[in-house]
Amino acid sequence: MPEQLLFAMEVTLNGLMAGVLYSLVALGFVLIYKASGIFNYAQGVMALFAALTLVGLMDGQVPFAHLINATFGTDVHHFGWHIPALPAILLTAGVMVVFAIIVERLILRHLVNQEPIILFMATIGLAYFLEGFGDVMWGSDIKKLDVGLPQGISETIDTVTYNWFGYGFFIDRLDIAATLVAAILVVTLTLFSQYSKQGRALRAVADDHQAALSVGISLRFIWVLVWSIAGIVALVAGVMWGAKSGVQFSLSLIALKALPVLMLGGFTSIPGAIVGGLIIGVGEKLFEFAVGPMIGGATENWFAYVLALVFLVFRPQGLFGERIIERV
Amino acid sequence: MIYREAGDFKTTYRDDSQTFPIRFDRRAYYALVAVAFLVLPFVMNDYWASAVFVPFLIYSIAAIGLNILTGYCGQVSLGTGGFMAVGAYAAYKLMTAFPELNIFFVVLLSGGVTAGVGVLFGLPSLRIKGFYLAVATLAAQFFLVWLFNKVPWFYNYSASGQINAPERTIFGIIVTGPSTPAWSKYLFCLTILFILSWVARNLTRGEVGRTWMAIRDMDIAAEIIGVNPLKAKLTAFAVSSFFVGVAGALFFAVYLGAVEVTEAFGIQKSFLVLFMIIIGGLGSMFGSFAGAAFLVLLPVFLKNALVGGLGWPTDLAAHLELMIVGALIIVFLIAEPHGIAALWRTAKEKLRLWPFPH
Repeated sequence: MPEQLLFAMEVTLNGLMAGVLYSLVALGFVLIYKASGIFNYAQGVMALFAALTLVGLMDGQVPFAHLINATFGTDVHHFGWHIPALPAILLTAGVMVVFAIIVERLILRHLVNQEPIILFMATIGLAYFLEGFGDVMWGSDIKKLDVGLPQGISETIDTVTYNWFGYGFFIDRLDIAATLVAAILVVTLTLFSQYSKQGRALRAVADDHQAALSVGISLRFIWVLVWSIAGIVALVAGVMWGAKSGVQFSLSLIALKALPVLMLGGFTSIPGAIVGGLIIGVGEKLFEFAVGPMIGGATENWFAYVLALVFLVFRPQGLFGERIIERV
Repeated sequence: MIYREAGDFKTTYRDDSQTFPIRFDRRAYYALVAVAFLVLPFVMNDYWASAVFVPFLIYSIAAIGLNILTGYCGQVSLGTGGFMAVGAYAAYKLMTAFPELNIFFVVLLSGGVTAGVGVLFGLPSLRIKGFYLAVATLAAQFFLVWLFNKVPWFYNYSASGQINAPERTIFGIIVTGPSTPAWSKYLFCLTILFILSWVARNLTRGEVGRTWMAIRDMDIAAEIIGVNPLKAKLTAFAVSSFFVGVAGALFFAVYLGAVEVTEAFGIQKSFLVLFMIIIGGLGSMFGSFAGAAFLVLLPVFLKNALVGGLGWPTDLAAHLELMIVGALIIVFLIAEPHGIAALWRTAKEKLRLWPFPH
C-alpha cells in the first residue's frame, strides 16, 4: 500500500480519537441545551474545575491555600494524604452535583423566562467566576493528573499494523481508553434517559417545557439533574484531557472546540454531538495533514469553525438538529 | 426639583424629535461635551489617559459598533476581536504604505476595509440565525487572528511578528508613536468618538435604523412588510464593522502603539465588548458608553483596592478579579437584564417626580 495512504489512515484514526474527546465536551452542551434552552458556555471551565478538584483531592491540597497564606501569613499547602483515584473521582462527582444545586439556586431560578442571549451571558459570567474560583481554590500552576489510565504508544496496534502493512500505526493508548470511556458514557446516558423515570422526565422537559410542567414534572429538579449530569460529563472530559496534556487553563478552551461540533451536529441532538465530533476530529487532522504545510500550519485553530460555517450555509439546523420552523 | 419638563413646549416636529428633548438633559449634555473637549485635555496625565480615558473612548466606539449589530439589528457576533484586528492591521498597512496620508483618513479607511470584511463574514447571517450565527462569527475571529499571525505580508515581515505604529501628526501635533503626549491621544480619540457617535445616533433613528430594528424584532414579519433582509443585515454588518474597525485602528495606533495579534485581539476581546453592551443595555447609545465605562473602570478599581489597598499578591488579585467580574455580571443580569441604560431610565423617571412622588 502506498505510504501516503497509510499516513492518511493513521491521521484519520487519530482524528477519530480526538473527535471522541470533542464529542464528550459537546455532549455536556447538548444535555443542558435540550433541557433548559441554555447555551452553557461554562461547560469547558466546568471540565477544568472538575479536573482541578480531582487533582487537588488526590494530592490532598489545602483548598484556598494561597488565599489563606496571603491573609494570615501562614504557610499551608498540603494535608499530607493521598486519596486513590476512584474515591477521589466519586468525591469530585459529588462536588459537581453540589455545584449544580448552587447554580440552580443562585442563578437559573432568578433568570427564568429571560431571553436566551441573557442566559448565555450569565453562563459566560459563570465561566469567569468558576475560572477565578478554581484558581483561587487550587492554584493556577500546571498539574499532572494520573488516575491510572494507560499512556503511551499502543504496542499491539503498532505490531499488528506493521505485520499487515509494513508500517506501524502510532496510536496513543490513552486515546483508546478515552474512546471506550466515551462509549460507556453514551450508552449509560441513553439507557438512563430511555428507561428510568427521571430520564423520561428529562426527555419530556426537553420536548416541551410547559407540557412537562402541567403533568407535574418539577422543572427545578430536572435542571439540577441535568446540570449534575453535565458536571459529571465535564469531569470525564476533564480527566481525559487532563491526563493527555496536564490540568491547566487551556483545558477550558476545549469548550470553544466543542462549538463547531455542536453547529455541525445540531444543538439539540445527542447523536449529532457524537457524529459532529468525529467529523470535526477527522476533518481538522486530515486538513492539517494535507493542506496545512502549504499555508503555514496551525490550521486546527480555525478549520473546524470554517467547516461548520460552510456546512451551515447549506443546512442551517446542523446534521441532526430539529428543523427550525418559524411563524409570524 | 431641577429635573423638570414642565414649561418646555415643543412647537415644531423637529424640536420634538431631537435627541435630548428635555432642556435639562440637553444642557447637561452640552456641559459634558464642553468639559470633555475644553477642560479635560489640559488636566490629562499619562496615568489617567492610559488607564481610564483612552481605553474608555476606544471601547465606546467598539461597543457602539457591536450594539448596532447586536442591539439594533439582533445579530449576535462573537467576532469583534477579529474585526478589531482587521482595523488595526489595515491601519498599519496604510500607515507604512502611504506615509504622507493623514492619520485621520488612515483611521477612517481602515474602518472601511473592516466594513468590507464584515460584510463578507455577515453573508452567512442570511441563512443562519441566533446561536448558530454567534458561533459562526467565531469562525471570523479565529480565522482572522490566524491569518494575521501566519501571513508575514500583514506585519511587513518583521522578525517579532509584532506591528509598531510609526509617528504621525495632525496639524503638527503628534498623535501616534511612542512620544505622543497623553492629551493628544485623548483628544484624537475623543474627536473620532464624538463624530462617530453622532453618526450612529442619527443612523439608528433614521430609516436604516428602523429597518434594523424591524429585522431584530422579527425578521419574517419585517420581510413581509417590505424590509429587504439582505440589505438590512448587510448594512448592519458593514456599519458595525466600520465602527469596530476604527476602534481597532485606534487601539493599535493610538493606545497600544505595538500589537501582537493573539494577545491584543483574542477571543477575550470579543467577549469583553459583548459584555459591555449587555451590561450597558442592548439597543441603547447611552448603554454603549455606560457599559464601556463600567468594564474599563472595574478592573482599575479592583486592582487598586486589592493590590494597593489590601496588599495581596498580584496573581491572587487577578484571580479574585475574574471571580468578581463574573459574579457582578451574573448579579447584574439578574437584577436588571436590560442593563445600566434601563436603570438610568428608571432613575430619570424618579427624578422627574422628585421630591413629590404622588
